[in-house]
Amino acid sequence: MMNIERIRNDFPVLHQELYGKPLVYLDNAATTQKPQCVIDTVRHYYERDNSNIHRGVHTLSERATAAYEASRETIRAFFNAKSSKEVIFTRGTTESINLVASSWGGANIGKDDEILITHMEHHSNIVPWQMLCKRTGAILKVVPMNQAGELDMDAFASLLSERTKLLGVVQMSNALGTINPIQSMIQQAHAVGAVVLVDGAQAAAHMPVDVQALDIDFYVTSAHKMYGPTGVGVLIGKQALLEAMPPYQGGGDMILMVTFETTQYNDLPHKFEAGTPNIAGVIGFGEAIRYIQAIGFDNIVPREKVLLNYATVQAQNFDGLKQIGVAKEKACVLSFVMDGIHPHDLGTILDREAVAIRAGHHCAMPVMQFYKVPATARASFSIYNTEAEVDALFAALTKARDMFA
Amino acid sequence: MFSLGDLYQQVIIDHTKAPRNFGKLEPCNHDAEGYNPLCGDQLHVYLQVNDEQIIEDITFEGQGCSISTASASLMTEALKGKSLSAFQGLFDAFHAMATADMDDKPNEEVLGKLAVLAGVKEFPSRIKCATLCWHTVKSAMENAAQSARTE
Ligand SMILES: Cc1ncc(COP(=O)(O)O)c(C=O)c1O
Repeated sequence: MMNIERIRNDFPVLHQELYGKPLVYLDNAATTQKPQCVIDTVRHYYERDNSNIHRGVHTLSERATAAYEASRETIRAFFNAKSSKEVIFTRGTTESINLVASSWGGANIGKDDEILITHMEHHSNIVPWQMLCKRTGAILKVVPMNQAGELDMDAFASLLSERTKLLGVVQMSNALGTINPIQSMIQQAHAVGAVVLVDGAQAAAHMPVDVQALDIDFYVTSAHKMYGPTGVGVLIGKQALLEAMPPYQGGGDMILMVTFETTQYNDLPHKFEAGTPNIAGVIGFGEAIRYIQAIGFDNIVPREKVLLNYATVQAQNFDGLKQIGVAKEKACVLSFVMDGIHPHDLGTILDREAVAIRAGHHCAMPVMQFYKVPATARASFSIYNTEAEVDALFAALTKARDMFA
Repeated sequence: MFSLGDLYQQVIIDHTKAPRNFGKLEPCNHDAEGYNPLCGDQLHVYLQVNDEQIIEDITFEGQGCSISTASASLMTEALKGKSLSAFQGLFDAFHAMATADMDDKPNEEVLGKLAVLAGVKEFPSRIKCATLCWHTVKSAMENAAQSARTE
Protein backbone atom coordinates (compact mmCIF):
# COMPACT_ATOMS: atom_id res chain seq x y z
CA MET A 1 0.00 0.00 0.00
CA MET A 2 1.11 3.50 -0.76
CA ASN A 3 1.00 6.18 1.86
CA ILE A 4 -0.31 9.11 -0.18
CA GLU A 5 0.13 11.60 2.64
CA ARG A 6 3.81 10.70 2.85
CA ILE A 7 4.20 11.00 -0.88
CA ARG A 8 2.48 14.39 -0.87
CA ASN A 9 4.93 15.56 1.73
CA ASP A 10 7.74 14.86 -0.72
CA PHE A 11 6.38 17.49 -3.13
CA PRO A 12 6.81 21.02 -1.78
CA VAL A 13 4.83 22.69 -4.57
CA LEU A 14 1.63 20.92 -3.56
CA HIS A 15 1.53 22.69 -0.23
CA GLN A 16 0.26 26.10 -1.25
CA GLU A 17 -2.97 27.98 -1.66
CA LEU A 18 -4.30 29.79 -4.71
CA TYR A 19 -7.05 32.35 -4.20
CA GLY A 20 -7.36 31.14 -0.62
CA LYS A 21 -7.93 27.51 -1.54
CA PRO A 22 -5.52 24.58 -1.46
CA LEU A 23 -3.92 23.86 -4.83
CA VAL A 24 -5.33 20.83 -6.62
CA TYR A 25 -2.84 19.97 -9.33
CA LEU A 26 -4.46 17.85 -12.05
CA ASP A 27 -2.28 18.74 -15.01
CA ASN A 28 0.19 15.91 -14.61
CA ALA A 29 0.04 14.86 -18.24
CA ALA A 30 1.54 18.24 -19.12
CA THR A 31 4.25 17.95 -16.51
CA THR A 32 4.51 16.36 -13.08
CA GLN A 33 5.66 18.08 -9.93
CA LYS A 34 9.13 17.43 -8.54
CA PRO A 35 9.88 15.73 -5.24
CA GLN A 36 12.27 17.31 -2.77
CA CYS A 37 14.95 14.69 -3.49
CA VAL A 38 15.11 15.73 -7.16
CA ILE A 39 15.23 19.41 -6.25
CA ASP A 40 17.97 18.68 -3.72
CA THR A 41 19.97 16.61 -6.19
CA VAL A 42 19.95 19.36 -8.80
CA ARG A 43 20.82 21.86 -6.15
CA HIS A 44 23.63 19.72 -4.80
CA TYR A 45 25.15 19.49 -8.26
CA TYR A 46 25.16 23.27 -8.64
CA GLU A 47 26.35 23.87 -5.08
CA ARG A 48 29.06 21.23 -4.85
CA ASP A 49 29.89 19.51 -8.13
CA ASN A 50 29.23 22.02 -10.91
CA SER A 51 31.70 21.58 -13.76
CA ASN A 52 31.71 20.24 -17.27
CA ILE A 53 31.76 16.50 -17.86
CA HIS A 54 34.06 14.26 -19.88
CA ARG A 55 36.55 17.13 -20.14
CA GLY A 56 38.38 17.86 -16.95
CA VAL A 57 40.81 15.85 -14.91
CA HIS A 58 39.98 17.87 -11.84
CA THR A 59 37.90 16.56 -8.97
CA LEU A 60 34.70 18.45 -9.65
CA SER A 61 34.62 17.34 -13.25
CA GLU A 62 35.19 13.77 -12.19
CA ARG A 63 32.36 13.98 -9.67
CA ALA A 64 30.01 15.54 -12.21
CA THR A 65 30.95 12.96 -14.83
CA ALA A 66 30.42 10.12 -12.38
CA ALA A 67 26.98 11.42 -11.38
CA TYR A 68 26.00 11.98 -15.01
CA GLU A 69 27.07 8.48 -16.04
CA ALA A 70 25.45 6.98 -12.95
CA SER A 71 22.15 8.44 -14.19
CA ARG A 72 22.68 6.73 -17.50
CA GLU A 73 23.06 3.42 -15.73
CA THR A 74 19.99 4.07 -13.55
CA ILE A 75 17.92 4.80 -16.61
CA ARG A 76 19.31 1.81 -18.48
CA ALA A 77 18.28 -0.46 -15.65
CA PHE A 78 14.87 1.17 -15.27
CA PHE A 79 13.95 0.44 -18.88
CA ASN A 80 16.07 -2.73 -19.03
CA ALA A 81 18.13 -1.60 -22.01
CA LYS A 82 20.87 -4.04 -22.89
CA SER A 83 23.72 -1.59 -22.55
CA SER A 84 24.23 1.96 -21.34
CA LYS A 85 25.58 2.65 -24.84
CA GLU A 86 21.97 2.48 -25.93
CA VAL A 87 20.91 5.31 -23.60
CA ILE A 88 21.22 8.72 -25.23
CA PHE A 89 20.33 11.87 -23.36
CA THR A 90 18.38 14.50 -25.26
CA ARG A 91 16.32 17.59 -24.55
CA GLY A 92 13.21 15.42 -24.28
CA THR A 93 10.80 13.30 -26.25
CA THR A 94 10.52 15.87 -29.00
CA GLU A 95 14.24 16.01 -29.61
CA SER A 96 14.55 12.22 -29.37
CA ILE A 97 11.97 11.76 -32.13
CA ASN A 98 13.57 14.45 -34.27
CA LEU A 99 16.92 12.74 -33.80
CA VAL A 100 15.55 9.44 -35.09
CA ALA A 101 13.57 11.04 -37.93
CA SER A 102 16.57 13.04 -39.02
CA SER A 103 19.42 10.58 -38.52
CA TRP A 104 17.82 7.15 -38.96
CA GLY A 105 15.19 8.50 -41.33
CA GLY A 106 17.71 10.35 -43.46
CA ALA A 107 19.78 7.18 -43.88
CA ASN A 108 16.96 4.66 -44.31
CA ILE A 109 13.93 6.33 -45.85
CA GLY A 110 13.47 6.91 -49.55
CA LYS A 111 10.80 7.73 -52.07
CA ASP A 112 7.55 5.75 -51.72
CA ASP A 113 8.62 4.15 -48.45
CA GLU A 114 5.84 4.27 -45.88
CA ILE A 115 5.92 5.59 -42.35
CA LEU A 116 3.01 4.46 -40.24
CA ILE A 117 1.80 6.44 -37.25
CA THR A 118 -1.54 6.50 -35.43
CA HIS A 119 -4.43 8.93 -35.21
CA MET A 120 -3.70 9.63 -31.54
CA GLU A 121 -0.08 10.74 -31.81
CA HIS A 122 1.20 13.89 -30.14
CA HIS A 123 2.32 16.52 -32.67
CA SER A 124 5.91 15.60 -31.80
CA ASN A 125 5.34 12.14 -33.30
CA ILE A 126 3.62 13.52 -36.40
CA VAL A 127 5.47 16.59 -37.59
CA PRO A 128 9.04 15.17 -37.69
CA TRP A 129 7.75 12.33 -39.89
CA GLN A 130 5.86 14.74 -42.13
CA MET A 131 9.06 16.73 -42.51
CA LEU A 132 10.96 13.54 -43.35
CA CYS A 133 8.31 12.57 -45.92
CA LYS A 134 8.57 15.99 -47.50
CA ARG A 135 12.34 15.67 -47.78
CA THR A 136 12.37 12.12 -49.12
CA GLY A 137 9.09 11.55 -50.96
CA ALA A 138 8.05 8.91 -48.44
CA ILE A 139 4.38 8.48 -47.56
CA LEU A 140 2.80 9.00 -44.15
CA LYS A 141 0.04 6.52 -43.26
CA VAL A 142 -2.22 6.74 -40.24
CA VAL A 143 -3.80 3.95 -38.19
CA PRO A 144 -7.41 4.97 -37.49
CA MET A 145 -9.17 4.74 -34.13
CA ASN A 146 -12.71 4.13 -32.92
CA GLN A 147 -15.06 6.36 -30.90
CA ALA A 148 -13.79 4.93 -27.63
CA GLY A 149 -10.31 6.11 -28.52
CA GLU A 150 -8.82 2.70 -29.29
CA LEU A 151 -6.73 1.91 -32.34
CA ASP A 152 -8.39 -0.13 -35.05
CA MET A 153 -6.16 -3.20 -34.98
CA ASP A 154 -7.64 -4.71 -38.13
CA ALA A 155 -6.89 -1.53 -40.03
CA PHE A 156 -3.43 -1.53 -38.50
CA ALA A 157 -2.75 -5.04 -39.78
CA SER A 158 -3.92 -4.15 -43.26
CA LEU A 159 -1.85 -0.96 -43.37
CA LEU A 160 1.34 -2.90 -42.70
CA SER A 161 3.28 -4.08 -45.73
CA GLU A 162 6.87 -4.50 -46.80
CA ARG A 163 6.74 -0.82 -47.80
CA THR A 164 6.31 0.06 -44.11
CA LYS A 165 9.73 1.14 -42.92
CA LEU A 166 8.84 2.59 -39.55
CA LEU A 167 5.96 2.42 -37.09
CA GLY A 168 5.69 5.35 -34.68
CA VAL A 169 3.21 4.70 -31.89
CA VAL A 170 2.34 6.36 -28.63
CA GLN A 171 2.33 3.95 -25.70
CA MET A 172 -0.18 6.02 -23.72
CA SER A 173 -2.11 8.87 -25.30
CA ASN A 174 -1.84 12.20 -23.51
CA ALA A 175 -5.15 13.40 -24.95
CA LEU A 176 -7.21 10.28 -24.24
CA GLY A 177 -5.32 8.18 -21.71
CA THR A 178 -5.53 5.15 -24.02
CA ILE A 179 -2.84 2.52 -23.48
CA ASN A 180 -2.04 0.95 -26.83
CA PRO A 181 -1.27 -2.75 -27.32
CA ILE A 182 2.33 -2.05 -28.29
CA GLN A 183 3.59 -5.58 -27.74
CA SER A 184 1.37 -6.99 -30.48
CA MET A 185 1.92 -3.95 -32.70
CA ILE A 186 5.70 -4.31 -32.44
CA GLN A 187 5.53 -8.00 -33.33
CA GLN A 188 3.38 -7.31 -36.36
CA ALA A 189 5.56 -4.42 -37.50
CA HIS A 190 8.71 -6.49 -37.11
CA ALA A 191 7.10 -9.26 -39.15
CA VAL A 192 7.08 -6.94 -42.18
CA GLY A 193 10.57 -5.66 -41.41
CA ALA A 194 9.59 -2.26 -40.01
CA VAL A 195 11.47 -0.51 -37.24
CA VAL A 196 9.35 0.67 -34.29
CA LEU A 197 9.57 3.90 -32.32
CA VAL A 198 7.50 3.97 -29.14
CA ASP A 199 6.60 7.37 -27.66
CA GLY A 200 6.70 6.75 -23.93
CA ALA A 201 6.33 10.39 -22.84
CA GLN A 202 3.07 9.69 -21.00
CA ALA A 203 3.50 6.05 -20.16
CA ALA A 204 6.90 5.92 -18.51
CA ALA A 205 5.76 7.31 -15.15
CA HIS A 206 2.72 5.06 -14.96
CA MET A 207 3.78 1.56 -15.96
CA PRO A 208 6.91 -0.58 -16.16
CA VAL A 209 8.59 -0.77 -19.54
CA ASP A 210 11.09 -3.43 -20.56
CA VAL A 211 12.53 -2.43 -23.92
CA GLN A 212 14.17 -5.83 -24.43
CA ALA A 213 11.10 -7.91 -23.57
CA LEU A 214 9.00 -5.70 -25.86
CA ASP A 215 11.75 -5.70 -28.50
CA ILE A 216 11.46 -1.93 -28.91
CA ASP A 217 13.83 -0.43 -31.49
CA PHE A 218 13.56 3.18 -30.32
CA TYR A 219 11.99 4.24 -27.03
CA VAL A 220 11.67 7.93 -26.21
CA THR A 221 10.51 9.80 -23.13
CA SER A 222 10.89 13.02 -21.12
CA ALA A 223 12.13 13.38 -17.54
CA HIS A 224 9.69 16.15 -16.69
CA LYS A 225 6.70 13.84 -16.94
CA MET A 226 8.37 11.43 -14.50
CA TYR A 227 9.00 13.81 -11.57
CA GLY A 228 12.30 14.92 -13.09
CA PRO A 229 13.56 18.25 -14.43
CA THR A 230 12.43 19.90 -17.66
CA GLY A 231 14.68 20.04 -20.69
CA VAL A 232 15.99 16.51 -20.48
CA GLY A 233 14.85 13.20 -21.86
CA VAL A 234 16.15 10.08 -23.39
CA LEU A 235 16.36 8.05 -26.57
CA ILE A 236 16.90 4.37 -25.98
CA GLY A 237 17.83 2.67 -29.23
CA LYS A 238 19.10 -0.74 -30.19
CA GLN A 239 22.85 -0.59 -30.44
CA ALA A 240 23.05 -1.99 -33.97
CA LEU A 241 20.64 0.66 -35.23
CA LEU A 242 22.43 3.47 -33.43
CA GLU A 243 25.85 2.32 -34.63
CA ALA A 244 24.68 2.45 -38.22
CA MET A 245 23.13 5.91 -37.92
CA PRO A 246 25.00 9.09 -38.82
CA PRO A 247 25.39 11.70 -36.05
CA TYR A 248 22.49 14.09 -35.50
CA GLN A 249 24.45 17.17 -34.50
CA GLY A 250 28.14 17.90 -34.76
CA GLY A 251 30.24 19.49 -32.07
CA GLY A 252 32.17 18.80 -28.93
CA ASP A 253 31.97 15.46 -27.11
CA MET A 254 30.69 13.59 -30.16
CA ILE A 255 34.15 13.30 -31.73
CA LEU A 256 37.29 11.27 -31.21
CA MET A 257 39.52 13.13 -33.61
CA VAL A 258 39.00 16.26 -35.63
CA THR A 259 41.12 17.69 -38.40
CA PHE A 260 39.96 20.08 -41.10
CA GLU A 261 39.91 17.22 -43.55
CA THR A 262 37.88 14.73 -41.55
CA THR A 263 36.36 13.87 -38.22
CA GLN A 264 36.23 10.56 -36.48
CA TYR A 265 33.04 10.26 -34.48
CA ASN A 266 32.96 9.20 -30.88
CA ASP A 267 31.49 5.88 -29.77
CA LEU A 268 27.96 5.41 -28.51
CA PRO A 269 26.31 6.99 -26.69
CA HIS A 270 28.51 10.09 -27.03
CA LYS A 271 28.16 10.16 -30.80
CA PHE A 272 24.66 11.51 -30.28
CA GLU A 273 25.41 13.87 -27.40
CA ALA A 274 27.09 16.83 -29.06
CA GLY A 275 27.89 19.80 -26.88
CA THR A 276 27.56 20.34 -23.15
CA PRO A 277 24.39 18.52 -22.15
CA ASN A 278 21.85 19.35 -19.47
CA ILE A 279 24.13 17.94 -16.78
CA ALA A 280 22.02 19.00 -13.80
CA GLY A 281 18.92 17.77 -15.60
CA VAL A 282 20.37 14.35 -16.31
CA ILE A 283 21.52 13.96 -12.72
CA GLY A 284 18.07 15.04 -11.51
CA PHE A 285 16.47 12.61 -13.97
CA GLY A 286 18.39 9.74 -12.38
CA GLU A 287 17.16 10.76 -8.94
CA ALA A 288 13.56 10.96 -10.22
CA ILE A 289 13.86 7.40 -11.51
CA ARG A 290 15.17 6.24 -8.14
CA TYR A 291 12.20 7.97 -6.54
CA ILE A 292 9.79 6.01 -8.75
CA GLN A 293 11.67 2.80 -8.07
CA ALA A 294 11.47 3.37 -4.32
CA ILE A 295 7.67 3.56 -4.51
CA GLY A 296 7.47 0.81 -7.11
CA PHE A 297 5.11 0.18 -9.99
CA ASP A 298 3.58 -2.67 -7.97
CA ASN A 299 2.13 0.09 -5.83
CA ILE A 300 1.74 2.84 -8.40
CA VAL A 301 -0.26 0.97 -11.05
CA PRO A 302 -3.10 -0.28 -8.80
CA ARG A 303 -3.30 3.00 -6.89
CA GLU A 304 -3.58 5.11 -10.04
CA LYS A 305 -6.23 2.73 -11.36
CA VAL A 306 -8.32 3.16 -8.24
CA LEU A 307 -8.14 6.92 -8.51
CA LEU A 308 -9.00 7.00 -12.21
CA ASN A 309 -11.98 4.72 -11.56
CA TYR A 310 -13.12 7.00 -8.77
CA ALA A 311 -12.98 9.99 -11.10
CA THR A 312 -14.56 8.10 -14.01
CA VAL A 313 -17.61 7.11 -11.97
CA GLN A 314 -18.16 10.73 -10.97
CA ALA A 315 -17.74 11.81 -14.58
CA GLN A 316 -20.32 9.27 -15.74
CA ASN A 317 -22.82 10.63 -13.25
CA PHE A 318 -22.18 14.29 -13.96
CA ASP A 319 -24.98 15.92 -15.97
CA GLY A 320 -23.84 17.53 -19.18
CA LEU A 321 -20.34 16.02 -19.14
CA LYS A 322 -19.13 13.88 -22.02
CA GLN A 323 -15.91 11.95 -21.69
CA ILE A 324 -13.55 12.00 -24.64
CA GLY A 325 -11.64 8.73 -24.65
CA VAL A 326 -13.15 5.73 -22.89
CA ALA A 327 -10.76 3.01 -24.00
CA LYS A 328 -10.87 -0.22 -22.04
CA GLU A 329 -7.15 0.11 -21.39
CA LYS A 330 -6.40 3.57 -20.12
CA ALA A 331 -4.61 5.37 -17.33
CA CYS A 332 -4.58 8.62 -15.41
CA VAL A 333 -6.36 10.84 -17.95
CA LEU A 334 -9.93 12.15 -17.80
CA SER A 335 -10.56 14.17 -20.94
CA PHE A 336 -14.02 15.68 -21.40
CA VAL A 337 -16.26 18.37 -22.80
CA MET A 338 -19.29 19.94 -21.15
CA ASP A 339 -22.55 21.06 -22.72
CA GLY A 340 -22.59 24.79 -23.31
CA ILE A 341 -19.23 25.52 -21.67
CA HIS A 342 -16.09 25.80 -23.72
CA PRO A 343 -13.08 23.99 -22.19
CA HIS A 344 -11.18 27.25 -22.07
CA ASP A 345 -13.84 28.77 -19.82
CA LEU A 346 -13.76 25.67 -17.65
CA GLY A 347 -10.00 26.09 -17.33
CA THR A 348 -10.36 29.65 -16.09
CA ILE A 349 -13.24 28.92 -13.73
CA LEU A 350 -11.50 25.89 -12.24
CA ASP A 351 -8.30 27.86 -11.83
CA ARG A 352 -10.11 30.28 -9.54
CA GLU A 353 -11.12 27.27 -7.48
CA ALA A 354 -7.39 26.41 -7.36
CA VAL A 355 -7.96 23.35 -9.56
CA ALA A 356 -5.33 23.19 -12.30
CA ILE A 357 -6.41 21.32 -15.42
CA ARG A 358 -5.45 21.61 -19.06
CA ALA A 359 -7.84 23.02 -21.63
CA GLY A 360 -6.94 22.86 -25.27
CA HIS A 361 -5.98 20.52 -28.05
CA HIS A 362 -3.22 18.81 -26.05
CA CYS A 363 -0.83 18.95 -29.02
CA ALA A 364 -3.03 16.33 -30.64
CA MET A 365 -5.17 18.32 -33.08
CA PRO A 366 -6.05 15.26 -35.18
CA VAL A 367 -7.67 13.76 -32.06
CA MET A 368 -9.78 16.92 -31.67
CA GLN A 369 -10.70 16.74 -35.36
CA PHE A 370 -11.75 13.11 -34.93
CA TYR A 371 -14.16 13.97 -32.13
CA LYS A 372 -15.19 17.22 -33.86
CA VAL A 373 -14.40 19.33 -30.82
CA PRO A 374 -12.15 22.40 -30.83
CA ALA A 375 -10.62 21.41 -27.51
CA THR A 376 -11.20 19.32 -24.43
CA ALA A 377 -10.75 19.84 -20.73
CA ARG A 378 -8.35 17.32 -19.26
CA ALA A 379 -7.74 16.32 -15.68
CA SER A 380 -4.71 14.07 -15.38
CA PHE A 381 -3.64 12.25 -12.26
CA SER A 382 -0.45 11.20 -10.58
CA ILE A 383 0.81 9.32 -7.55
CA TYR A 384 0.16 12.22 -5.20
CA ASN A 385 -3.45 12.93 -6.15
CA THR A 386 -6.25 12.04 -3.78
CA GLU A 387 -9.95 11.25 -3.86
CA ALA A 388 -10.55 14.55 -2.08
CA GLU A 389 -8.90 16.33 -5.00
CA VAL A 390 -11.18 14.53 -7.45
CA ASP A 391 -14.09 15.74 -5.32
CA ALA A 392 -12.72 19.29 -5.53
CA LEU A 393 -12.58 18.95 -9.31
CA PHE A 394 -16.23 17.99 -9.53
CA ALA A 395 -17.27 20.63 -7.02
CA ALA A 396 -15.58 23.21 -9.24
CA LEU A 397 -17.26 21.75 -12.33
CA THR A 398 -20.61 22.08 -10.58
CA LYS A 399 -19.83 25.73 -9.96
CA ALA A 400 -18.98 26.23 -13.62
CA ARG A 401 -22.18 24.53 -14.69
CA ASP A 402 -24.19 26.78 -12.40
CA MET A 403 -22.52 29.90 -13.78
CA PHE A 404 -23.52 29.02 -17.30
CA ALA A 405 -26.95 27.68 -16.35
CA MET B 1 -8.67 41.20 -7.16
CA PHE B 2 -11.13 40.63 -9.96
CA SER B 3 -13.44 37.75 -9.25
CA LEU B 4 -14.81 35.25 -11.73
CA GLY B 5 -18.04 37.21 -11.68
CA ASP B 6 -16.19 40.24 -13.03
CA LEU B 7 -15.08 38.22 -16.02
CA TYR B 8 -18.23 36.20 -16.58
CA GLN B 9 -20.74 39.00 -16.22
CA GLN B 10 -24.33 38.24 -17.12
CA VAL B 11 -24.02 40.24 -20.33
CA ILE B 12 -21.20 37.96 -21.43
CA ILE B 13 -23.10 34.80 -20.57
CA ASP B 14 -26.10 36.17 -22.51
CA HIS B 15 -24.05 36.88 -25.60
CA THR B 16 -22.39 33.46 -25.34
CA LYS B 17 -25.73 31.71 -25.30
CA ALA B 18 -27.33 33.88 -27.94
CA PRO B 19 -24.65 35.52 -30.06
CA ARG B 20 -25.90 38.51 -32.07
CA ASN B 21 -25.25 38.85 -35.80
CA PHE B 22 -24.20 35.23 -36.02
CA GLY B 23 -23.97 33.64 -39.46
CA LYS B 24 -22.71 34.29 -42.94
CA LEU B 25 -23.33 37.71 -44.53
CA GLU B 26 -24.46 38.09 -48.14
CA PRO B 27 -23.56 40.21 -49.88
CA CYS B 28 -20.26 40.98 -48.21
CA ASN B 29 -17.20 42.71 -49.56
CA HIS B 30 -14.71 42.04 -46.76
CA ASP B 31 -14.14 38.92 -44.74
CA ALA B 32 -11.36 37.19 -42.85
CA GLU B 33 -10.64 34.16 -40.74
CA GLY B 34 -9.21 34.46 -37.25
CA TYR B 35 -7.55 31.70 -35.32
CA ASN B 36 -6.15 31.39 -31.83
CA PRO B 37 -3.80 28.39 -31.86
CA LEU B 38 -3.61 28.23 -28.08
CA CYS B 39 -7.21 27.21 -27.54
CA GLY B 40 -8.46 26.48 -31.03
CA ASP B 41 -10.84 29.45 -31.15
CA GLN B 42 -11.77 29.99 -34.74
CA LEU B 43 -13.96 32.69 -36.17
CA HIS B 44 -14.86 34.24 -39.45
CA VAL B 45 -16.06 37.82 -39.81
CA TYR B 46 -18.00 39.23 -42.74
CA LEU B 47 -18.44 42.92 -43.47
CA GLN B 48 -20.32 44.95 -46.01
CA VAL B 49 -18.67 48.35 -46.29
CA ASN B 50 -20.21 50.98 -48.53
CA ASP B 51 -18.59 53.69 -50.67
CA GLU B 52 -18.72 56.16 -47.80
CA GLN B 53 -16.56 53.75 -45.81
CA ILE B 54 -19.41 52.93 -43.46
CA ILE B 55 -19.81 49.39 -42.11
CA GLU B 56 -23.35 48.74 -43.29
CA ASP B 57 -23.48 45.25 -41.91
CA ILE B 58 -21.24 42.85 -40.03
CA THR B 59 -21.63 39.25 -38.91
CA PHE B 60 -19.47 36.46 -37.57
CA GLU B 61 -19.36 32.69 -37.47
CA GLY B 62 -17.20 30.18 -35.70
CA GLN B 63 -16.60 28.40 -32.48
CA GLY B 64 -14.84 29.61 -29.44
CA CYS B 65 -14.95 30.08 -25.71
CA SER B 66 -17.50 32.34 -24.12
CA ILE B 67 -15.10 35.28 -23.99
CA SER B 68 -14.30 35.13 -27.68
CA THR B 69 -17.92 34.51 -28.68
CA ALA B 70 -19.31 37.28 -26.48
CA SER B 71 -16.57 39.65 -27.56
CA ALA B 72 -17.33 39.03 -31.25
CA SER B 73 -21.05 39.37 -30.63
CA LEU B 74 -20.62 42.65 -28.76
CA MET B 75 -18.19 43.89 -31.39
CA THR B 76 -20.65 43.36 -34.25
CA GLU B 77 -23.25 45.36 -32.35
CA ALA B 78 -20.76 48.12 -31.71
CA LEU B 79 -19.49 48.32 -35.29
CA LYS B 80 -22.69 48.20 -37.28
CA GLY B 81 -23.21 51.59 -38.88
CA LYS B 82 -19.80 52.91 -37.83
CA SER B 83 -17.23 54.41 -40.16
CA LEU B 84 -13.85 52.82 -40.70
CA SER B 85 -12.14 55.58 -38.78
CA ALA B 86 -14.50 55.00 -35.88
CA PHE B 87 -13.50 51.32 -36.07
CA GLN B 88 -9.85 52.26 -35.65
CA GLY B 89 -10.71 54.34 -32.59
CA LEU B 90 -12.67 51.50 -31.04
CA PHE B 91 -9.92 49.02 -31.90
CA ASP B 92 -7.36 51.13 -30.08
CA ALA B 93 -9.61 51.72 -27.09
CA PHE B 94 -10.48 48.04 -26.81
CA HIS B 95 -6.88 46.99 -27.07
CA ALA B 96 -5.89 49.52 -24.43
CA MET B 97 -8.62 48.27 -22.11
CA ALA B 98 -7.65 44.61 -22.50
CA THR B 99 -4.00 45.24 -21.78
CA ALA B 100 -4.31 48.12 -19.30
CA ASP B 101 -2.96 48.22 -15.78
CA MET B 102 -5.25 46.71 -13.22
CA ASP B 103 -6.28 50.05 -11.75
CA ASP B 104 -7.01 51.80 -15.04
CA LYS B 105 -10.69 52.33 -15.65
CA PRO B 106 -11.92 51.48 -19.13
CA ASN B 107 -12.86 54.43 -21.33
CA GLU B 108 -16.59 53.80 -21.13
CA GLU B 109 -17.40 56.90 -23.11
CA VAL B 110 -15.74 55.43 -26.19
CA LEU B 111 -16.29 51.76 -25.44
CA GLY B 112 -19.87 51.76 -24.19
CA LYS B 113 -21.12 48.20 -23.66
CA LEU B 114 -17.75 46.77 -24.71
CA ALA B 115 -16.42 47.81 -21.31
CA VAL B 116 -17.94 44.67 -19.77
CA LEU B 117 -14.90 42.85 -21.15
CA ALA B 118 -12.49 44.89 -19.03
CA GLY B 119 -12.22 41.91 -16.66
CA VAL B 120 -10.02 39.96 -19.08
CA LYS B 121 -6.97 41.97 -18.18
CA GLU B 122 -6.92 40.16 -14.84
CA PHE B 123 -6.79 36.83 -16.72
CA PRO B 124 -3.69 37.06 -18.91
CA SER B 125 -4.32 33.77 -20.69
CA ARG B 126 -7.73 35.05 -21.81
CA ILE B 127 -6.85 38.45 -23.26
CA LYS B 128 -6.34 36.99 -26.71
CA CYS B 129 -9.79 35.42 -26.58
CA ALA B 130 -11.29 38.89 -26.31
CA THR B 131 -9.07 40.59 -28.88
CA LEU B 132 -9.17 37.90 -31.59
CA CYS B 133 -12.33 39.23 -33.26
CA TRP B 134 -10.93 42.74 -33.42
CA HIS B 135 -7.75 41.56 -35.07
CA THR B 136 -9.84 39.56 -37.50
CA VAL B 137 -11.90 42.59 -38.54
CA LYS B 138 -8.70 44.53 -38.96
CA SER B 139 -7.31 41.93 -41.29
CA ALA B 140 -10.62 41.77 -43.15
CA MET B 141 -10.39 45.50 -43.75
CA GLU B 142 -6.84 45.14 -44.94
CA ASN B 143 -8.05 42.20 -47.00
CA ALA B 144 -5.14 40.22 -45.73
CA ALA B 145 -4.81 36.85 -47.36
CA GLN B 146 -3.43 35.33 -44.18
CA SER B 147 -5.80 34.48 -41.37
CA ALA B 148 -5.62 36.85 -38.43
CA ARG B 149 -3.70 35.97 -35.33
CA THR B 150 -3.69 37.66 -32.00
CA GLU B 151 -0.31 39.32 -32.32
C1 LIG C 1 2.42 11.52 -25.72
C2 LIG C 1 3.42 12.62 -25.77
N1 LIG C 1 4.39 12.61 -26.68
C3 LIG C 1 5.31 13.58 -26.75
C4 LIG C 1 5.31 14.65 -25.90
C5 LIG C 1 6.36 15.70 -26.05
O1 LIG C 1 7.16 15.74 -24.93
P1 LIG C 1 8.18 16.94 -24.70
O2 LIG C 1 7.40 18.19 -24.87
O3 LIG C 1 8.67 16.72 -23.31
O4 LIG C 1 9.27 16.82 -25.72
C6 LIG C 1 4.32 14.71 -24.93
C7 LIG C 1 4.25 15.86 -24.01
O5 LIG C 1 3.34 16.64 -24.00
C8 LIG C 1 3.35 13.68 -24.86
O6 LIG C 1 2.37 13.72 -23.95
